[in-house]
Amino acid sequence: MGALPDRPAPTGREPAADPAATGTVAPGRARTAPDLPQRTLVWRRFRRNKLAVVGVLVLCALLLVSVFSEFLAPSTPSAYSAEHTYAPPQRLHFVDTEDGFDLGMYVYGYQVERDPDTLANTFTVDESVKIPVGLFVRGEPYEMWGLFPSDRHLIGAADPQQRVYLLGADRNGRDMASRLIYGTRVSMSIGLAGVALSFVLGLVLGGLSGYLGGRVDTAIQRVIEFLMSVPTIPLWMGLSAAVPRDWGPVQTYLAITVILSLIGWTDLARVVRGRFLSLRQEDFVTAARLDGCGTGRIIGRHMLPSFTSHIIASLTLAVPFVILAETSLSFLGLGLQAPVVSWGVLLQEAQNIHSIAGAPWLLLPGAAVTVAVLVLNFVGDGVRDAADPYR
Amino acid sequence: MRRYVIRRLLYMVPTLFAISVVAFLVIQLPPGNFLTAYIAQLSAQGQGVDSAQIRALEERYGLNDPVLVQYWRWISGIVLHGDFGQSFQYHREVSDLMWDRIGLTLVLALSTLLLSWLIAFPLGVYSAVRQYSLGDYAVTVVGFVGLATPNFMLALIFAWVSYRYFGQSVGGIVSREYADAAWNLGKVLDVVSNLWIPVLIIGTAGTAALIRVLRANLLDELRKPYVTTARAKGLPEWRVILKYPVRMSLSPFISTIGWILPTLVGGEVLVSIVLSLETTGPLLVEALRNQDMYLAGSVILVLGALTVIGTLLSDLLLAWWDPRIRHPHVERV
Amino acid sequence: MVTHTRDDVVLDIRDLRTYYTTDDAVVKAVDGVDLTVRRGGTLCVVGESGCGKSAMARSVLRLVDPPGEVVGGRILLYPAEGPGEPLDLAALRPTGREIRAVRGRDVAMVFQEPMSSLSLVHTVGDQIGESLRVHHGVSRREARKRSVELLERVRVPGAERVVDSYPFQISGGMRQRVMIAMALACGPRVLVADEPTTALDVTTQAQILDLFADLRHDTGMGLLFITHDMGVVAEIADEVAVMYLGTVVEQGPVDDVFHDPRHPYTRALLEAVPRMGASRSRRLPTIRGTIPDPGNQPTGCVFRTRCPEAVEGLCDTTVPPVTAPGPGRRVRCLLVGEPVPAGAAGGTGSGANTGAPAAGARPQENTPNGEEAPDAD
Repeated sequence: MGALPDRPAPTGREPAADPAATGTVAPGRARTAPDLPQRTLVWRRFRRNKLAVVGVLVLCALLLVSVFSEFLAPSTPSAYSAEHTYAPPQRLHFVDTEDGFDLGMYVYGYQVERDPDTLANTFTVDESVKIPVGLFVRGEPYEMWGLFPSDRHLIGAADPQQRVYLLGADRNGRDMASRLIYGTRVSMSIGLAGVALSFVLGLVLGGLSGYLGGRVDTAIQRVIEFLMSVPTIPLWMGLSAAVPRDWGPVQTYLAITVILSLIGWTDLARVVRGRFLSLRQEDFVTAARLDGCGTGRIIGRHMLPSFTSHIIASLTLAVPFVILAETSLSFLGLGLQAPVVSWGVLLQEAQNIHSIAGAPWLLLPGAAVTVAVLVLNFVGDGVRDAADPYR
Repeated sequence: MRRYVIRRLLYMVPTLFAISVVAFLVIQLPPGNFLTAYIAQLSAQGQGVDSAQIRALEERYGLNDPVLVQYWRWISGIVLHGDFGQSFQYHREVSDLMWDRIGLTLVLALSTLLLSWLIAFPLGVYSAVRQYSLGDYAVTVVGFVGLATPNFMLALIFAWVSYRYFGQSVGGIVSREYADAAWNLGKVLDVVSNLWIPVLIIGTAGTAALIRVLRANLLDELRKPYVTTARAKGLPEWRVILKYPVRMSLSPFISTIGWILPTLVGGEVLVSIVLSLETTGPLLVEALRNQDMYLAGSVILVLGALTVIGTLLSDLLLAWWDPRIRHPHVERV
Repeated sequence: MVTHTRDDVVLDIRDLRTYYTTDDAVVKAVDGVDLTVRRGGTLCVVGESGCGKSAMARSVLRLVDPPGEVVGGRILLYPAEGPGEPLDLAALRPTGREIRAVRGRDVAMVFQEPMSSLSLVHTVGDQIGESLRVHHGVSRREARKRSVELLERVRVPGAERVVDSYPFQISGGMRQRVMIAMALACGPRVLVADEPTTALDVTTQAQILDLFADLRHDTGMGLLFITHDMGVVAEIADEVAVMYLGTVVEQGPVDDVFHDPRHPYTRALLEAVPRMGASRSRRLPTIRGTIPDPGNQPTGCVFRTRCPEAVEGLCDTTVPPVTAPGPGRRVRCLLVGEPVPAGAAGGTGSGANTGAPAAGARPQENTPNGEEAPDAD
């Protein structure tokens, strides 16, 4: 029986439905998908996903904030002011129209009244007092990255003696904006560090499991199944409770990171294993093996590059889970401890209903968590969809 | 099918054993024990501590025995006598403290699961069948936000709104007037009326995740050739979709019970603390903070065991639902 | 060769166009196809992957997946008996009630991959009896009984047992028989089979082909058979249509086409078939190049980029019209001679008509059914 040259088309859908394949058209010969490097194709598909692109931009902004926290914050997270307990956010004005038209940023001062019984402060906006706000002003001294002492802040009260609360103040009159910015650094970094650690664990164990198969695979799979069947938050809580209270902030930070990744590696390991299993049967891997490539070379040169995008996607999608976990633990008082400032630690202040009732801006770190988790999900989804043209 | 059930049941034994070991280790890990915490508390209050009394207490709780002995005493008590030991902090039987709260946790988790399914199923199907429609975008965006917002944040916002606008302090599944009453219809109705808000709050993330899982699965299935086959028979479109791709995409959906239960139990902890519900969450946090080891260990153990049972149930449900699991050996006719 | 009358026609496809519209391009998967299926006759559509034969098959029952769409032409389904107006399937809404009434009842379809085309979580009996339940409203029990009968009819051994098993429990050949039983359930007038034997091994393939031949003989239904395999065509077809890039380049009675292929593409296809007894030293010829991107069709004749006989200045500028080089035959090639009156045997082959393209080569009135052939472009 003679068969015509037949490309494998098991779905029976004949016209090339992949838009990339019919995209750029050169006369005579179509420039089809396989001509372009994989990276270009992934990037092209990624750019089409508007949510993912927005996600990348917001993510970059968050990372910038984490890197330059000291400079971007109007103050420092620990600078307190007793008279500004629960001071509400001040609206930033850009144009002064009182007499004529003046450009220049300023906020109105507060009129503070103290309730003689409860000692609670009530704030009213005092339009007679203007506090000028400037860029690159001198303010609270800090050490950039713990190395370079400085007192320049991107934004703040022009007069270092005055205080500005753009996002309000907490119980001790500390600036929420500054605390939020420093919290971004801690929360984002713990997310990234936790995932990096999970990644190493997941890649090694998942890779071993998928590549070696057999008994190793079974053993690792059992461990993964076990870890996934345990309610994670109680386990996390138990482990975090085991972190000694007298450890310093850095030690606690590292301990919590390790605890989070100890449980978080399972998903990544499963992804890696699944990929390895399906790739092991691919022709190009067999070809490499027949060519006499060693195991290390097959994994490193042939298998890993073909699923880097999937790994990136899984990693991006894992970060929000770690951030959420850290936030939850710290919120319970079992995670990071003051004076370290993370979004979860900040939210501890909001645990009491009476505090939030009087100062709803204490919930802002929660909004930050939501935004961070949201954009990481957008980006991760975008990468995953772009990496896999056959979905 | 029977062999499958037996195999799954046997799998549970090592898992439960491992959970008990982990639970015990977790509570052994912190340096010191309940007594050191207790002594520190007493000295902080300026009270002297009688060393003879300490020794008596250590003796009584066997705190100086090797870990293995302590573990054996604890686990054999549970398995043989249903005795979970004593809570140091409350000076009461752990069982007395725990079971009521576990019951409520279970009620909460199951109602949440049910509600999540009820919401996720129609929305997921709609969202996939009408891909890229306005409704699909709306569902996707709401789903994403639901997924991204920590449940306890929602609880806080809810608490704030109800305090601010309704002047009500939230809290409790059981209203004050029923607190000590025995279970009767009135109490059940009261619990139900207090339950739905926490259920909604705990369920948001899970529901959002389910919608996305169902949508993705269904989108994959909708393009499969067997859907075209069904259309080619002349079935009405809704019947094609409900009978074939939806049925197929529900398989992974059912297996999600396995992982949604641990998340529900975990998510419940935080929400319960914010909304001050009398579930296991606040009890566990307190016990962990005070190194009340038998109480904390027992709560972790029971929650773990319940999750394992949940996973088992979801696997059995899946086997009933999907013949490919029921008949694992392909027998060619 | 049997002479056909107008009454024999069950399905008449006229100038069918199915396009896939994406952001970047319009892919003309089916671009002006004319085909006729007769009662008890088998029309084979043959071509390489990507020539649009599957899209054409799906278009008949309006089962083209988006973004594909039937954008033009007529698909006339003639009533079972007597005169009566044909129903134009191309004019129906693809999701409407009318086309649903046709699907599975008047026209049924068999697909390529029995494994993925059957639901793995429903029993065989459930899936076979389903169209009976939908179109004839029979009871569950009755549907099961009829399913067993249908399975016996497609020669499935142990039908009583198979009817309650799941598709993953039976072999590939049995699965394809199940698919066929499913299609036969309501006694359709036309059976569209989209590469039904491609996924099967050679022995099973031969058995399934026999089954098709017998069924067609017993039931008198028309068979529209899609394949990429010339061997299958030789075995089963009465008439053959060769498709290339969305158009039918040559069609006619299978013996005539095989013995005297006119289109260079048909010739190339036939030469690519290995023959028993042929000289071993000779390499099997292949068709040079690959099928062009369907979103970027060549100008003029669609085959010219791979045609060994293409004439520059002619084939790349002029769209070839349909010519009729013999009774019941149609060819779309500028190099095929002037249309020959019906009855006269084949023309002189290539190269005779290079000077006078389109205008002179208009198709004649006496195409097989005596009705006017459509415009070539």
